[in-house]
Amino acid sequence: MIAFLCKKLLRFATLLIALCVLSFWLVSYSPLDPIQAYVGADMTRVSLEQREAIAEYWGLNKPPVERFLHWGSALVQGDMGTSMIFRRPVADVIGERFMASLALMSMAWLFSGILGFVLGAIAGMKQDTWVDRLMKWYCFTLASTPTFWLGMLMVIVFAVWLGWFPVGLGVPAGVLAEQVTLADRLYHLILPALTLSILGVANVALHTRQKLVDILASDYVLFARARGEKGFLLFWRHGLRNVAIPAITIQFASFSELIGGTVLAEQVFSYPGLGQATVQAGLRSDLPLLLGIVICSALFVFIGNLVADIIYRLVDPRIRKGESA
Amino acid sequence: MTTQSGETPLLEVQDLCVSFVQYTSCLRQSTLQVINNLSVSIYPGEIVAVVGSSGSGKSLLAHAVLGILPGNASFSGVISYDGQALSPKRQAELRGREIALIPQSVNYLDPLMRVGKQVQTSVHAGNPRSRQREVFERYQLSPDVDKLFPFQLSGGMARRVLVSTALVSGARLVIADEPTPGLDDAAVAETLDYFRDLADQGCGVMLITHDIEAALKIADRIAVFYAGSTVEIAPVQDFAGEGEALRHPYTKALWRALPQNGFEPMPGSQPLPHELPAGCVFQPRCRQATSECSTERPAMRTVREGMVRCIHAT
Ligand code: SF4
Repeated sequence: MIAFLCKKLLRFATLLIALCVLSFWLVSYSPLDPIQAYVGADMTRVSLEQREAIAEYWGLNKPPVERFLHWGSALVQGDMGTSMIFRRPVADVIGERFMASLALMSMAWLFSGILGFVLGAIAGMKQDTWVDRLMKWYCFTLASTPTFWLGMLMVIVFAVWLGWFPVGLGVPAGVLAEQVTLADRLYHLILPALTLSILGVANVALHTRQKLVDILASDYVLFARARGEKGFLLFWRHGLRNVAIPAITIQFASFSELIGGTVLAEQVFSYPGLGQATVQAGLRSDLPLLLGIVICSALFVFIGNLVADIIYRLVDPRIRKGESA
Repeated sequence: MTTQSGETPLLEVQDLCVSFVQYTSCLRQSTLQVINNLSVSIYPGEIVAVVGSSGSGKSLLAHAVLGILPGNASFSGVISYDGQALSPKRQAELRGREIALIPQSVNYLDPLMRVGKQVQTSVHAGNPRSRQREVFERYQLSPDVDKLFPFQLSGGMARRVLVSTALVSGARLVIADEPTPGLDDAAVAETLDYFRDLADQGCGVMLITHDIEAALKIADRIAVFYAGSTVEIAPVQDFAGEGEALRHPYTKALWRALPQNGFEPMPGSQPLPHELPAGCVFQPRCRQATSECSTERPAMRTVREGMVRCIHAT
């Protein structure tokens, strides 16, 4: 297990370095002028000296390699730099934004995981009946639906037409930060979380269904049937435990899709989370923030995959005992 | 119907046909009859071996009796248990309680469930835990074995665990599907002993196998399976000498092909389900064949304490 963890960590470290270099390189070729992005629309009022002062201050006049090394050595010491657009330490910005996104993502993750598993299990048990066909049709339709499109649809129907939910933002507009209640936050969370979950369901449900269908066709289920088991008892004894491991694994391994979906959903709902910060950082060439986000999301996805691997090892006796023996 | 004519058989299968619906091209569908007009019966305390070559659909006989044929299969014929014709509902009630299956390998156990637990799920009367322990004790399976997962079992343990599932259930009819694949002689003997043991306790045992030598060692009667049907049902004593007591030409050829009986090879091969000859299914390979043999399919008839499907048998 220790060896396994070390190997994983080493691989992650190399991946992270490669990712940073790549992002840095890509942004340094960006046609956007970071100084202009920094200053904003009033570019005409900035003199050449001021421009140079700004460039000097942020180190933008140095060659990219030097800037990268500078940034990298600070990072190793735990300093992620300062965000140019928020003018605050990157760590603070990410921390705050990440918490907002985390609420959104965990809600969507839990909801889609549970609903997807239940749907997939039902469809698998009722293979080839109308229930199964309906479920498959639903999932394939969803799997080919873009997040932003569904998000806009949700906004139009539930926020604009029905007026049940706010159109966007994470908190009510025009209310002081101290007066925002948890209920307010939840209220703003529901629509984006729902959008994300509806899309996330398809993946788990289809996967669970396929696994269950395979399991039901297996020799050990045939034997269980021969011993008189059927229906729910059969699912409970043999289906559930065999299908749960792959389902949980895939749910943890889907962190990357979750982040991807969040970026888009936050954009549609103007939800002030990490996804929105990513888009802003990209559009305004805020290199320190962008790199910080890249590192954090990579870490997040890595943790998801790692947890999936560990669960697999802990739960499946074939791997667990096989290793200790 | 043969030796114990006074008793009712525990299981009686009459004219069983099993066929599958197949889609040959997109919309064309055809039915493939894999078992045709199969009849066999088993009395309490008796072992009947159904012997046929591998992959010839013998397992479907077991699945049909248990009522666990796949969805695209259909069957006709009468299966009676204890003198009563079985309906699908009755089959569902009897599965695992009165009729137990002994599968061929450890793959038929749930890979994620400890074997002790799995055997306990087969218990229908009394305390599952103590019943399972009792039977494991009998087969010299120590308490540690209860906690093992199927993949941790040795070959010998696995066989005893599989037999235990039938024994704890208290079933009166045990169907063992190909229980001795690729085992060495000692292991075959050991496995067969378990079945003798079950039969001596009053169970009826149906042993489905391709291994005629193993079947001859243990069974009371042998049903020979050829091209989807039984061609002969003979008491085991008839398998002796030059095979003169045997009734069907195929059985005789099978007997003479055994190493100790001259190793005489049998030309040709079994016809596949979709290319059965009209008339007698054995006709293309039969030396006694006459012109009548290719016109009508012989019916099963009683000849000297046995049954045979051959018009010229005596
Ligand atoms: S019926 Fe004719 S072809 Fe068939 S086994 Fe008998 S003799 Fe041979």
